[in-house]
Amino acid sequence: MVVVFFFIMIFGMLLIRSFPAMARDPLMIFGSTWDVEAGIFGAAPAIIGTLVSSSIAILFAVPISLAIAVFFTEYAPSQIRTGLSVVIDMLATIPSVIFGIWGLWIVAPLMKTFVQEPISGSLGFIPIFSGPAYGLSLLLASVILTFMIVPIITSISISLLSSTPVELREAMISLGATRWEVVRHVALPFSKLGIFAAVMLALGRALGETMAVTMVIGNSFMWPFSSISIFSPASTLTSKIASELYEAIDPFHVSSLIELGFLLLMITLSVNSLARLIVSRYSQRRYGT
Amino acid sequence: MRIFGRRTKERLILSVLVLLTGVAIVPLFWIVGSIIWNGFSAISLEFLTSLPAPFGSSGGGIGNAILGTLLINCSASIFGIPVGILTGIYLSEYSSKGRLGSLVRIVVESLSGVPSIVIGLFAFTLIVMTVRHYTGIAATLALGLMMIPLVAKATEESMRVVSNDLREAAIALGIPKYNVAIRVVLSMAKSGVISGSLLAFARISGETAPLLFTSLFSFYWPTGIDQPIATLQVLIYNYAISGFADWVSKAWGASLLLVLIVLVINLVVRVLGKQKYVGV
Repeated sequence: MVVVFFFIMIFGMLLIRSFPAMARDPLMIFGSTWDVEAGIFGAAPAIIGTLVSSSIAILFAVPISLAIAVFFTEYAPSQIRTGLSVVIDMLATIPSVIFGIWGLWIVAPLMKTFVQEPISGSLGFIPIFSGPAYGLSLLLASVILTFMIVPIITSISISLLSSTPVELREAMISLGATRWEVVRHVALPFSKLGIFAAVMLALGRALGETMAVTMVIGNSFMWPFSSISIFSPASTLTSKIASELYEAIDPFHVSSLIELGFLLLMITLSVNSLARLIVSRYSQRRYGT
Repeated sequence: MRIFGRRTKERLILSVLVLLTGVAIVPLFWIVGSIIWNGFSAISLEFLTSLPAPFGSSGGGIGNAILGTLLINCSASIFGIPVGILTGIYLSEYSSKGRLGSLVRIVVESLSGVPSIVIGLFAFTLIVMTVRHYTGIAATLALGLMMIPLVAKATEESMRVVSNDLREAAIALGIPKYNVAIRVVLSMAKSGVISGSLLAFARISGETAPLLFTSLFSFYWPTGIDQPIATLQVLIYNYAISGFADWVSKAWGASLLLVLIVLVINLVVRVLGKQKYVGV
């Protein structure tokens, strides 16, 4: 009961505390300028930054996770399996602030010299690769996010793929199919929806991830209106809140930040419930009828 | 016309899979390696036990942050674990039918999907904005809230697998239902509940976002839970983004410590879990 109570409280308090900002101008939060001095709080860059960085992370993470899952269930000998599962569990337990310090001090300089400078040097005429290389960038945030969500998708996919009915698998093998053909034509179609749900769960996690992103994204509030390069520093809803709330004095500033939190809550909750809906439909179809 | 034979394709795919698997494994060793490399030199007795040095001078330590993390984690556990266990008992023993049960289930699942920074914001709006100063109590509330779904889920799952025979036997003896739930089923599910709680403890040890604007940071020893309290996590964040060489190296030292805490708890749970399956 206490849990339900707290849950409703979360909504209630965030709404109440963001009320000053909402009441003043309900649409201001979607504007493109964020100027604390002038009292203008438009968070469109942060909203877009959140969506874009998470989507890129998903793009990277899905092939990697699926590859690990397929390798794990179909190809790997059992010693490698044990090792691999320990590694994936460990990757999942590393605190996000650790990912942050690693990204900030180790990966960022390397990204700058080995990824950003060559690419923007040779492909700089394409807008998304243009601009000076800062190291801290939207792309770096996406890369770090990728490593944080790979364990989620991988572990769910492994359990889905290994629950493929043995009869189907054996039937394929008796037809002379290679392992890849078994995966491609039986295991993957069988667990397609479940994997999609896992991806949605991971997306929810990526959208709400705070520390690592705040530390590596560079917190520039110009993006994407000054340049749409993925090498530019950008900002997300979470980085905005984390880097400004404790020094915010203006009540409108505070309540605008809280409103961002409310927005984030709504986005992640809808992504998560979509995932849950898919899972429940899926399990009904499989076991119910 | 096929360009590759099926066997070639098979081999090609295997190598792609191994490559992508490597892409995910390398960062782990890279992270752990760089933390040990950079953090080991920072750790000393002074580092572990003393207060941060005044700004600009070197030396000093992170003793207050270590103590603060332990303090906040323990008080969050005092709040989060019992509520989590009770919720788990409710979900497993009482909620089999009815709307309320499924509502609680949905809420618990959604709560585990709420970003940690939003939970921190909630504690901020509820407590910090009301009492008008940063306090460890808000951090306790936020971390406790994060523990609830984790503990509840572990409790529910380990109570589910307890055989129904035991429940029926206990009911046949005329034991009231709450006693069945607590004495019989919970005691059978004990190890699962304990490992779930430990994992939740490890999980909140790494959480930083909810602490940033609740317990904030402090350069002194914690004097009371209602004061701003330094924690390892916030210290790593503050020091890492500060850019001063001395502070950054301290941040690495603190990271090493934090990773050690989290990994050791996870290892302990893993070993305990193994014993459960082998023995008994």
